[in-house]
Amino acid sequence: MPRIVLNGERTTLPEGATAADAVRASGADGEARGVAVALDGEVVPRGEWRSTPLTDGGVVEVLTAVQGG
Amino acid sequence: MTLSELELERYSRQLLMDEWGGQAQDRLRSARAIVVGVGALGSPVCTYLVAAGVGQVGVVDGDVVELSNLHRQPLHLTPDLGAPKADAAAAKLGLLNPEVVVEPYPATLDAANAEAIVMGADVVVDCTDSFESRYLVNDACCAQGVALVEAGVVAFEGLVLSIRPGESACYRCAFPVAPPVEGRRSCREAGVLGAMAGIVGSVQALEALKLISGVGRPLLDRILQVDGHDMSQTLVRTGRRPDCPACAPE
Repeated sequence: MPRIVLNGERTTLPEGATAADAVRASGADGEARGVAVALDGEVVPRGEWRSTPLTDGGVVEVLTAVQGG
Repeated sequence: MTLSELELERYSRQLLMDEWGGQAQDRLRSARAIVVGVGALGSPVCTYLVAAGVGQVGVVDGDVVELSNLHRQPLHLTPDLGAPKADAAAAKLGLLNPEVVVEPYPATLDAANAEAIVMGADVVVDCTDSFESRYLVNDACCAQGVALVEAGVVAFEGLVLSIRPGESACYRCAFPVAPPVEGRRSCREAGVLGAMAGIVGSVQALEALKLISGVGRPLLDRILQVDGHDMSQTLVRTGRRPDCPACAPE
C-alpha cells in the first residue's frame, strides 16, 4: 500500500492506487473538474491520472482553481 | 530612449537593483499593459504597474464601487462609492505617476469585446472574478499571442500562472474543465481577506513586470499556489496540452 504525502499530510492509499485515487482522497468533487494534480512536483495530464501509479514516498499535490479576484 | 531627471529620481530605487537597469526601465516605458478587473487583485496590480513606470496601462472594469468592496480593494476610497471603478482607479493612478498614461475602460469584458480589449497589449493581467471571464481572457490572449498573468484568490487561497501563448501552458492547459457551478467559491460567497488578495495581486504585478522587462524567471509552465492560512506555498511544473482548444496549433 503506497504511503504518500497528499497536500502536505502523510496518508496511505490502497494497493494499486493511482493519481486518480489521490484526487478522490483529497476530497475533490467526483469528476474533479477545476483540479490539477501534481506528482513529485510535476502536473499529471488528466488523461494519465488512472494510469499513473503511486509509490511509497510520492508527494502529491491537488490544486484547485479559484475564481475570486 | 533616455530617462529624464525626474524619471531617474522616481525610479531610482528600482534602477539601483543589480538586475534592473535603464534597459529594463525603457522596456516598461514602451510597454502597454491591460488590467482586466480593478477589484481585489486589480488594486495592487494597477498600483504597482503604474508606480513602476509601465508606459500605458489600460484599466477595464464595468462595475461601480460598492461599500462591500472597500475592505479588499484599496485603490477605491469611500468617496468613490457609486463611481465607475475604471474611472475611480484611473484618477488615482494618474496622481500616483503622471509620467505614464492610464486609460480607463468602464466596460465589462465579454465574448464580443475580449479580443479587441487585449489586442496590441504587451501583457494582460487577469484580475476578473469568474471562471467564465478567465477562460475568455485566456482564449483572447492565446488568439492574439499576448502574454498573460492569470490569478485567482478566495478566502486564504491564491493561485498564479504566467502564460506566453504558444510557448507555455495556458489556463485551459492547466485547468481544461471549470469547477462545477455549485462547488465554486467566489469572494462573494466564501469571502476573502484584503491582505490575502494583496499578496496574490502583488505576485501578479511582479510577474507582469518580469514578463515585460525580461528580468527574472516568470511562472511559465509553473503554477504557484499560496495558502495564507499557514503561509505554505506549492510550486508545480506543468506543460502545454497538445489538444488544447485555446493554444494548440491548428
